[in-house]
Amino acid sequence: MTVRISNDAVALACGADAVAAAFAAAGVEVERVSSWGMHWMEPLVDIDGVGYGQVSADQVPSILSGDAKSIGRIEDHPFIAKQNRLTFARAGKTRPTSLDDYYATGGWLGLGQARAIGADATIETIMTSGLRGRGGAGFPAGIKWRTVADAPAEQKYIVCNADEGDSGTFADRMVMEGDPFMLIEGMAIAGFAVGASKAYIYIRSEYPHAIAKMEAAIRLSAHLIAPFVVEVRVGAGAYICGEETSLLNSLEGKRGEVRAKPPLPALEGLFGKPTVVNNVLTLAAVPWILAHGGEAYAAYGMGRSKGTMPVQLAGNVKHGGLFEVAFGITLGELVNEIGGGTASGRPVRCVQVGGPLGAYIAPAQFDLPFDYEAFAAADALIGHAGITVFDDSVDMAQMARFAMEFCAIESCGKCTPCRLGSTRGVETIDQIIAGNNVDANLALLADLAETMKFGSLCAMGGFTPYPVMSAIKLFPEDFR
Amino acid sequence: MTSIADIVAEHAHREGPLLPILHDVQKAFGHVSEDAMRDIAQALNLTRAEVYGVVSFYHDFRKEAEARPILKLCRAEACKARGVDALVPIAENQSRVKLEAVYCLGMCSVGPAALVGDQVIARLDQARLSSLLEAM
Repeated sequence: MTVRISNDAVALACGADAVAAAFAAAGVEVERVSSWGMHWMEPLVDIDGVGYGQVSADQVPSILSGDAKSIGRIEDHPFIAKQNRLTFARAGKTRPTSLDDYYATGGWLGLGQARAIGADATIETIMTSGLRGRGGAGFPAGIKWRTVADAPAEQKYIVCNADEGDSGTFADRMVMEGDPFMLIEGMAIAGFAVGASKAYIYIRSEYPHAIAKMEAAIRLSAHLIAPFVVEVRVGAGAYICGEETSLLNSLEGKRGEVRAKPPLPALEGLFGKPTVVNNVLTLAAVPWILAHGGEAYAAYGMGRSKGTMPVQLAGNVKHGGLFEVAFGITLGELVNEIGGGTASGRPVRCVQVGGPLGAYIAPAQFDLPFDYEAFAAADALIGHAGITVFDDSVDMAQMARFAMEFCAIESCGKCTPCRLGSTRGVETIDQIIAGNNVDANLALLADLAETMKFGSLCAMGGFTPYPVMSAIKLFPEDFR
Repeated sequence: MTSIADIVAEHAHREGPLLPILHDVQKAFGHVSEDAMRDIAQALNLTRAEVYGVVSFYHDFRKEAEARPILKLCRAEACKARGVDALVPIAENQSRVKLEAVYCLGMCSVGPAALVGDQVIARLDQARLSSLLEAM
């Protein structure tokens, strides 16, 4: 009998350690594995493939005696069976920092393939796969790699952006905590392809478990990726450092202020050297693509959005967790069928896709397919593919206010529209909520939003208007 | 007892050593004092203004010591959708634990969530938050 319980932070935060201790006290050996991503079930106990959901320590005797009700085979659960798990193929199945488990499940095959076919063909493979940056901008990864590869320099860098600050997202965290070797392999392949000998992974300080797992995995695998070297750097609680140029400044030991582009980081990045800055999910997709071929990855998805996206179902959702699926699935399927609607049982009022800078979307638009271009056409963004669900008790004027408040708290301060506009935005929304000159203040707010959108240096100030204006457009009644 | 000089020496060989140094100073001393900033600036050949600018930019670094235990409660959208705002008064109506806002702990499917040291606690409700505060 093999009992598996996750040691992902979600499982731990829901009490997994006490459950594991109860099994151990009963004389049962427990394997601590990654999370399946069925977060509403955590702590989820996996006994030879059969699952028991939301287990507490006092239920352990009844599970061991066979009296407890199981959810059946976890792999057959609709939430798992409907997914296309490429990046999360190991989720729930392997011990995160076990090299044996990683080898046994196809680990290092991608790096081996890259070394066998050479740097040029490795970049070609990424081009063929159609992989686009998963951090939000959706820029083709192959083109970025080619640019860095072609830039002449003694020193180049790989920087993994693990500053996953968007509320509603946790896929990066799950990769780092659940499958850290895959991310290291992805960075090593990127380094081999572009001729970089050093990688930094910038992890936010709010993720202590991810930091510990990545550091352990880097120690254990250093000899396998040598002479390539990976080093963890820890953020310091600044949301803006998820913006790539701000992240580079932070890595250099400076204030995390945004840099003007150009120059592109691909040409003048970390310490002025050519640098690949890729999100965790982008680099984590790379080993699979190398091991299975670019065409195999491009066979998933729709239009110019190729491959799979690890969608994160969050907020007031019944079945929250990680759902990796080919692009093209509709928002409605994700929220209502996969997510099961709200956790509170009340009607879904809206969702926010893409974190604090993403637009609010109402159920009337739920036929929107998950595709970069389709979302952009609807004035929305996929971002890091976090979907935060709200029920009908939400006050959208307060959410719009929070969007501006968050921008004011987290603005790096470098450009005026963002630094001042966000504070003026909070004040204006406060006037609207108080019922003062509502029409005039709504017009003023729309004007301010335009200024921020077109005048800001980066997406922080540039995209904060999206949640604000979409809330006003969809739910004007909340502002009167 | 670790000194500032020890911490600086440990990181001096790294590229861009300032943030790792500040993290370790705060871990060792609980905050980054004016004196610490002066010593770090001198050791790294930076101006005090540059070091102060970095310390004051990042929410994690505190310039004054905090004697109380700290509860970081997530106040971001996903935890709002799950009702964190209704819990805030409970944390505010006591003074033994210092309440700080944090924006996302990656617990967005199981919020409201909080961070105490390196421990994450999810599925907070009034009762769980009250007992968490009492246990701190």
